[in-house]
Amino acid sequence: MADTARNQQNEQLQRLNEDYGAKYGFRDPVEYFHKGAKGVSHEVVEMISQMKNEPRWMADIRHEALDIFLAKPTPGWGNTPLLNEIDFANIYYFMKPIEKQEKSWDDVPEYIRKTFDRLGIPEAEKSFLGGVSAQYESEVVYHSMKQELTDQGIIFLDMDSGLREHPEIVRKYFGSVIPSMDNKFAALNTAVWSGGSFIYVPPGVDVKVPLQAYFRINAENMGQFERTLIIADKGSRVHYIEGCTAPVYSTDSLHSAVVELLALDDAYIRYTTIQNWARNIYNLVTKRASAHKNATVEWVDGNIGSRLTMKYPCIQLLGEGAKGEILSVAFAGIDQHQDAGAKVIHAAPNTSSRVTSKSISKDNGRATYRGLVKIHKNAQNAKVSVECDALLIGENARSDTYPTMEIDNDQVRVEHEARVSKVAEEQLFYLTSRGLSEDDARLLIVNGFMEPFTKELPLEYAVELNRLIELEMEGSIG
Amino acid sequence: MSDKQPIFEFHDVHVEVEGTEVVKGVSLSIMPGEIHAIMGRNGSGKSSLSNALMGHPLYKITKGTVRLNGQDLLEMEPDERSRAGLFLAFQYPLAIPGVTVANFMRAAIQSHRGKEADMSDFRKWFTTAMNELEIERSFASRYLNEGFSGGEKKRLEILQMSMLRPKLALLDETDSGLDIDALKTVSEGINRFHNDTNALLLVTHYQRLLNYVKPHKVHVMMAGQFVQSGGPELALKLEESGYEWLEKQVAEKLEV
Repeated sequence: MADTARNQQNEQLQRLNEDYGAKYGFRDPVEYFHKGAKGVSHEVVEMISQMKNEPRWMADIRHEALDIFLAKPTPGWGNTPLLNEIDFANIYYFMKPIEKQEKSWDDVPEYIRKTFDRLGIPEAEKSFLGGVSAQYESEVVYHSMKQELTDQGIIFLDMDSGLREHPEIVRKYFGSVIPSMDNKFAALNTAVWSGGSFIYVPPGVDVKVPLQAYFRINAENMGQFERTLIIADKGSRVHYIEGCTAPVYSTDSLHSAVVELLALDDAYIRYTTIQNWARNIYNLVTKRASAHKNATVEWVDGNIGSRLTMKYPCIQLLGEGAKGEILSVAFAGIDQHQDAGAKVIHAAPNTSSRVTSKSISKDNGRATYRGLVKIHKNAQNAKVSVECDALLIGENARSDTYPTMEIDNDQVRVEHEARVSKVAEEQLFYLTSRGLSEDDARLLIVNGFMEPFTKELPLEYAVELNRLIELEMEGSIG
Repeated sequence: MSDKQPIFEFHDVHVEVEGTEVVKGVSLSIMPGEIHAIMGRNGSGKSSLSNALMGHPLYKITKGTVRLNGQDLLEMEPDERSRAGLFLAFQYPLAIPGVTVANFMRAAIQSHRGKEADMSDFRKWFTTAMNELEIERSFASRYLNEGFSGGEKKRLEILQMSMLRPKLALLDETDSGLDIDALKTVSEGINRFHNDTNALLLVTHYQRLLNYVKPHKVHVMMAGQFVQSGGPELALKLEESGYEWLEKQVAEKLEV
């Protein structure tokens, strides 16, 4: 009996992989400009830094971070059995697909251009984006921004170019929000980082159209370690969007990014992610923002893909009146574990934050909410609201909530709500009695459940997200 | 409809809920254009019968036959019954958070017309139907039944009925929770929908709704059985004298 269930599940997984494969899972046969050896060492780190012609101070940061990575044990929490399966010696840490980055899609090699064509990136760029960065393995292969944004003094570059062209800004802020010591994977990223985005918005400038980066892993056993740094100077506004996919291989790849955001006084940053990695990607990402006086930071974080995601976007409210919002949704299907959550640190008076976490677990999928709310002594009148909503589909689906609250000030208002629900038989009956098939009814309920998240996305992404969910929901068993 | 085939009929229907028999062999035949009412106190089995006819998984029909336009309904899932032309206006409509009334209505209509069907007329048609039932336009973008008052929910049930155009509409306690103005609007909606190619089966405790929607036949249900059938005058008598006299009659009959 258990065997039959297992077989059915394998068939389903295979079908899902085929569906994902048809859409995102194609592989390109690539001749790499540079493909280093597997494994990580000081030699590898030095090679990366030299190939990029970096200043010595960055090379030093990398080496120091590698020592921290090697010294730190693998985290003993989250999904330790899966974490312990990562074979750091069997990963390529640096793959450079082409010699130089291009500004026109016409100059990008055809096989790579086709990849991004199939993902709809050039089309989106034309219709509603202000700038696009496309990363393939370790490096950004295409980058372009609309002229009027350049004229406003907005800097949007890949991180390597950012370091080359604006070393003084990078040196000032790199690692200032997430130090190498923070955790093992942040240390690894700092040692071998490559690509990612560098954005600087000058004081008072409102970037009215979103900027987007798209990350693509093509190779097997690849490690992608992009590094993103966004600085919104006083009174400026910016919305940044990232998406990601990869082919399905029999062996696992690792994606371990570090994203640092700085919203200076009165600035606003929204950072939207639609994570749709293939189901053999380990997605271990550190994301943190600092919000200064009266600044606002919003993380809008959607996790649909990957085998294991461990990611807890964080906002440090450092200045009086700063605001933070973290809105996340996670979908855990067959054999997936989405260990996601949010952290808010209130370190100034009159700060406020809101966390809304929604998760859907289906079949044997597992969704974990891991949250931290910390209110420092000086943060009087802080306001916090945390809402966690989990939806279970099927008897084997699992959801866990680990909320941690550390509150050192008694003049604060904290609200916490957590709910776990199942797709109710009564709701299904109501919808099917109107003619909807049971699958359509369940999908409608799930889409409705995610609506508070979806409605925050630009329309194009909302449509795409609903299609991804539809794919995941097909053939679901009650 | 000169050949006089019933549009809806069921015969010797038994219903079980979690192992307990709550409907014990009821039969009914409804002709096109007719309005029937099933009356009874709470717990008489009338809501269980409605739910079972629609195919609720907890209300199992253990015996009997049910036919809509000659089709065997018992072989069908609830969505198939809906597409075959059956409609149940719920006594307690369910809330579906995050799903707007418009999106839900569109999905329901699409399921009836088929996935490939042209839906370009939907918006106009939907707006007209809302106007007729005096439903504010803002309801289109509200989440289905979430935070709706009792009256709003019932209006929305009638809106769904008028758009899905069933052959047979089962209205389960549609008058409960309505003030007099809402009752009038809802009744007008029901009367506008009703014509000689469809039929209504009203399930109700009180006679109130029947002042506005006039039934051709009234059936009284007690303890899972129809104990008496008659014309509209039967409903009036129940309104005047309550159910006691009938209960007494039934008890006497049993003693004999």
